[in-house]
Amino acid sequence: MEKWPDHKAWLLVAPVALVVCFSAIIPLMTVVNYSLQDALGGSYFFVGTEWFEKMLSDPDLHGALQRQFVFSFTALLIEMPLGVAIALALPTRGWQVSLCLVLLALPLLIPWNVVGTIWQIFGRGDIGLAGWAINGLGIDYNYTADPTDAWLTVMVMEVWHWTPLVALLAYAGLRAIPDAYYQAARIDGASAWAVFRYIQLPKMRGVLTIALLLRFMDSFKIYTEAFVLTGGGPGSSTTFLSQSLTRMAVGQFDLGPAAAFSIIYFLIILVFCWLFYTALENMGKGASK
Amino acid sequence: MARIDLDQIAHSYMGHPDPGEPAHWALQEMQHVWEDGGAYALLGPSGCGKTTLLNVISGLLQPTRGRVLFDGQDVTALPPQQRNIAQVFQFPVIYDTMTVADNLAFPLKNRKFDRDYVRRRAQEVAEMLELDQDMGRRAEQLTADAKQKISLGRGLVRSDVAAILFDEPLTVIDPQMKWQLRRKLKQIHEASELTLVYVTHDQNEALTFADKVVVMYEGQVVQVGTPQELFETPSHTFVGYFIGSPGMNLLDCALERGEAVVDGARVGLTEAAATRAHNATGKLQLGIRPEFVRFDPQGREGHPVKVEAVDDLGNYQILTVRLGGNTLKVKMPEDSEPPGDEGTVSFPAEWTKLYADGRLVG
Repeated sequence: MEKWPDHKAWLLVAPVALVVCFSAIIPLMTVVNYSLQDALGGSYFFVGTEWFEKMLSDPDLHGALQRQFVFSFTALLIEMPLGVAIALALPTRGWQVSLCLVLLALPLLIPWNVVGTIWQIFGRGDIGLAGWAINGLGIDYNYTADPTDAWLTVMVMEVWHWTPLVALLAYAGLRAIPDAYYQAARIDGASAWAVFRYIQLPKMRGVLTIALLLRFMDSFKIYTEAFVLTGGGPGSSTTFLSQSLTRMAVGQFDLGPAAAFSIIYFLIILVFCWLFYTALENMGKGASK
Repeated sequence: MARIDLDQIAHSYMGHPDPGEPAHWALQEMQHVWEDGGAYALLGPSGCGKTTLLNVISGLLQPTRGRVLFDGQDVTALPPQQRNIAQVFQFPVIYDTMTVADNLAFPLKNRKFDRDYVRRRAQEVAEMLELDQDMGRRAEQLTADAKQKISLGRGLVRSDVAAILFDEPLTVIDPQMKWQLRRKLKQIHEASELTLVYVTHDQNEALTFADKVVVMYEGQVVQVGTPQELFETPSHTFVGYFIGSPGMNLLDCALERGEAVVDGARVGLTEAAATRAHNATGKLQLGIRPEFVRFDPQGREGHPVKVEAVDDLGNYQILTVRLGGNTLKVKMPEDSEPPGDEGTVSFPAEWTKLYADGRLVG
């Protein structure tokens, strides 16, 4: 006799499925819905891929996307090595450990809009310590007028805010390496570089993958800090993707194009995370001859 | 290959040059020589200082006091890199991202040996340990057994070392493989005449591997000897108890006219022992191995005892008997008649040892 599969299990999954529906699937499908229709005075009609085509050829989006990539990759290139370097330099025992970890974690505890405000004041030429000092050194610095200064200020703020996260993750990875590895390396006559290259780095691979993914996603979605600091200016020099999107969706109420934009945005992050993840996973395997 | 001298070595983890109380010393002051080419087992319970001693020899630890000499040369201040010594740890340490071949070659590469020589040597060691099939694979992908073989291999690959130190290297290996690897190490020792120090808390491992066994207890070396010496003449009650299965019987006793008195039972000692014992002070104990106690079910000679338990272990029996207030273990020969509830035990004088405060006096 054929045994009927027991469907009772679905009942147990149902509450979670319901929550996920309301928290993720329905909002996402609404966006998909908007991206394929045009809303005019309360009536909707299907427009197919028109918004996507429009968005993909939109020069504003291209500009923002380009700035976004340059920004995110620069941030990763600075934050990852710097975070690892800080983790390596941190003390390993004694009261200094707690002190350093608390100091390191401070930027992470500050709300994002406050971070923006801090740097906005910090960088001002008249009353800000940093802005005033830089100008005092004879360097012409004004983040509200000069696009390069603005971009650099946003970058320094990003690095200041998020490198500690990478450092903390890397530190956790380092502390998890058993002493025997370091002892064996000493017996084997390994140089400090070899210890880093063959013990510490491979053992940190897991945490660094997480750090890389988190930092990529977050920096790619940067909004509040940059918005509070520069408002996207001067011009559009620090207008990143999420700001363009917000302007379009909330400022101009172009729901269709904004929805199409959101989906493209989402897919970019998804694809890059997948690429990073696979690359890092394969780095650990497959290399055998 | 070298002779290693430990000259008045003592170590404390308290970080103070003189922590005072003996309990604060991980290693009590000791004088010890590892002869060139010896196969030593360093045996002792967990926490007795075996690993500390090993780390002092390799240079991973700076001893609080004393000197370490390799062939008469003081190396106390040198780090392990410069000491020319190999050490294998309890848990496999491998370089995950390297191939097996690169792992084996690593200690030689770091010392800038000629490339051809490095490759040849790595290959030799791989063949010795039967790793040659896996040379091109990443070390990470191998089983725990194979990983530990890589660790062993990295220890063996340097042919110029003063000694190879093994810190319970076969803990993670399964029993069948353990036996093979131990024999392999023994063969390697015979072929190469390297000085090997093998730390273990397993007496069988120690006794089968080593020419000489060094027994440690509470931070001290309590006896150095061949397996036979340790068995027949333990110089410390700990050795008597720790080595042998079951361990030595230890009975509180008193001395009276050249004889030991255990709960009223008089036990004869050899004349030499009786003479030496004459001056002994402290807590006296009589020690005799279960193998040497004579049990007579007919009760013809010796002291009457009650049989409390009989453990049949296949080819021999262990009796637990009560003599006055003490219990004794007796190992019965294979073809002995089955014991009743009562009998007598006697103690051959040449196997009856006397200990004062744990130390052998006669």
